[in-house]
Amino acid sequence: MKANSVLGIIYSNAYDTALPELTGLRTMGSVPFAGRYRLIDFPLSNMVNSGISKVGVITKSNYRSLMDHLGAGKPWDLSRKLDGMFILPPFSGAGASGVYQCRIEALYGSLGFIKRCTDEYVVMCDCNVVCNMDLGRLFDAHRASGADITIAYQHGTAPALDDIMTFSFDDGGRINGASVFNGGTEDTDFSLNIFLMRKSLLERLVTEAAGLKMLDFETDVIIRNLGALKIHGFKADGYTRVIDSLQSYYSFSMELLDSGVRAGLFRPEGPVYTKPRDSMPAFYAWGSDAKNCLVASGCVIEGEVENSILFRGAHVSAGASVKNSILLQDTFIGANAKVSCVITDKRAVIRPGRNLSGAENYPFFVGKEIVI
Amino acid sequence: MVKKECIAMLLAGGQGSRLGILTKNIAKPAVPYGGKYRIIDFPLSNCVNSGIDTVGVLTQYRPLELNDYIGNGQPWDLDRMNGGVHILSPYQQMEGSQWYKGTANAIYQNIQFIDRYAPEYVLILSGDHIYKMDYSRMLDYHKDKKADCTIAMLEVPWDEASRFGLMLVREDGSIAEFEEKPKEPRSNKASMGVYVFTWKVLREYLLLDEADAASSNDFGKDLIPRMHSDGRGLFAFPFDGYWKDVGTIESLWDANLDILNPKIDLDLSDENWKIYSNSPASPPHYLAVGARVQNSIIAEGCTVEGSLDYSVLFANVSVGKGAEVKYSIVMPGTVIEEGACVQYAIVAENTRIGARAVVGECPEDVSNRDDWGVAVVGSGLSIGAGSVVKAKTMVENDIAEGTK
Repeated sequence: MKANSVLGIIYSNAYDTALPELTGLRTMGSVPFAGRYRLIDFPLSNMVNSGISKVGVITKSNYRSLMDHLGAGKPWDLSRKLDGMFILPPFSGAGASGVYQCRIEALYGSLGFIKRCTDEYVVMCDCNVVCNMDLGRLFDAHRASGADITIAYQHGTAPALDDIMTFSFDDGGRINGASVFNGGTEDTDFSLNIFLMRKSLLERLVTEAAGLKMLDFETDVIIRNLGALKIHGFKADGYTRVIDSLQSYYSFSMELLDSGVRAGLFRPEGPVYTKPRDSMPAFYAWGSDAKNCLVASGCVIEGEVENSILFRGAHVSAGASVKNSILLQDTFIGANAKVSCVITDKRAVIRPGRNLSGAENYPFFVGKEIVI
Repeated sequence: MVKKECIAMLLAGGQGSRLGILTKNIAKPAVPYGGKYRIIDFPLSNCVNSGIDTVGVLTQYRPLELNDYIGNGQPWDLDRMNGGVHILSPYQQMEGSQWYKGTANAIYQNIQFIDRYAPEYVLILSGDHIYKMDYSRMLDYHKDKKADCTIAMLEVPWDEASRFGLMLVREDGSIAEFEEKPKEPRSNKASMGVYVFTWKVLREYLLLDEADAASSNDFGKDLIPRMHSDGRGLFAFPFDGYWKDVGTIESLWDANLDILNPKIDLDLSDENWKIYSNSPASPPHYLAVGARVQNSIIAEGCTVEGSLDYSVLFANVSVGKGAEVKYSIVMPGTVIEEGACVQYAIVAENTRIGARAVVGECPEDVSNRDDWGVAVVGSGLSIGAGSVVKAKTMVENDIAEGTK
């Protein structure tokens, strides 16, 4: 066993149902975010930047786009002879049912992989949590407190997701109370579902819970063991956002137009890696008018763009106007079309002269490859 | 070693001395171009897109940055089990160490490398040109003509012809005569410095050329003329796309701005002929509320608060409030502070242009047109606030605040 080494586990499908529009044809991990990334780039980059060299990506369904994005893990420096990235699709062995319903089953299905790893610790992350976190600090806090499990949490309004734990702490930082019924509660300490513990402890907890046919990691493993195990919280203080709906996806995206918010997500010491696409830099034509926007390479802008995020290869034709919108990869906005408060999925086409409008609190969504 | 039909040898050892401060620390093929590329991305991408998966890159002058950039060749898909990209530097031999004396000598010194792949044909390229070319079509032409050597040829404007190595070509494509930069050109068919050789023949001539003490060991001056006088089959392969030698400041500046000229046939967004590069991990660029961008390209990681006209911004450049960038090329990591003006200029990497400084001049503002030229600022420098850099200046040292 390698002392102090940490194995990373990422759930690519966690909370898919919170974002049905964008996860209809993909996993939460492959949802595009911030102009050129997929959500899984954030936990993957955090792990790699923190020195983790072995990452298992648990997948459940619709993971073709995820596989395409991850490839052999090269962009994250995880294509290695020793360690590297491992995709863990549903695996039905003795005692496991194949496609799993919950976190415990997912881990149990991947237990063979986890057991064979030689790392001493394991850290688990979900893809709907966007942050640029030095997991080394989480590790140091875990060691310093002598906790059995450390869970990263954030203070604020709990996301409206099922089974999001909210915590109370004793004076030493140990979690002495937890609930899973407080989604949406303001001014609370809620779990970011980033768990750090010894790998041997995870193996034991998962085997026990699976043996008892328990289904819920939060209530059956964490909350049930609050007394028996020393479980501590680690407060995330940097940029951290938990996506719980299309509305929050939209508002967290729009927030990135603020340079202060952007500086929190894109820290110089924590670069975010993604699959390169080798498209040329964005081109702004004569007569274009773009302001307050985040634009990726490969975009062509001939019309007007304001308060918007354009992913790689988006095209805004002459006379068109794009406001308060998010255009995912290769979206085409035809001449003189007007879109406002719209999210267009990959390769959507808005034909010339069309007029589409949503609202800030309810963006209009155009599905993948839809032509309007 | 599995035999290869054709491998490429890329001559990347040149200093490019006419680029002055821009090649002080890097070889010419490593000079940034087009917002995210380096010159060498073009021949490397052309190779991969043409199905050539084995490329020897011959380096000599300041190879550190170039070696670092090419790495194992992964960005160009040239990290292969059999073949791939190989950096070939001059090395020490029993008889002592020897620099590459000329282009032909550079290949001569690497005969062993080429022999390992036992190719039928060898493609000789240089890392000095911006162009997209399908070498596989040239190779087909070479085979059809049963040539010993095929030279890619481009028709240049007659008034510029005297700057090039020219060829007089017969109707069947064979080359009748060569003219090296003649005062009175009889042809406008210029050599692009792209050659396909039948390896068996080239190998023989490399040995002959090396044995000739009077030879300067250069393809254009010695080896090809010798093949010609021996009556070997030399053919010209016509090419009619965009091709530019970026050997001078003006031509580098022109070639960058050509990307922004819709009349010029250089499409870098062609999905079927991608130009690959080794790009940094930066977020998308941001245009602020007061930004104004016209006919320009902007790479990842930039922040633009000022205005941009007919310009190329490389990754991670920032343009402050009220700053203006016109007809300029700004290389990665450079900061242009508030109210500064950069016009008709090339600014190299990681340079700071202080607030209200003015770099370069409009041609209309220069009384004597001969005094006008592109202003160049070297990498890692600091141009003090309020200072002025005149047209055609090449800045090699920091400039103090307020210097006029």
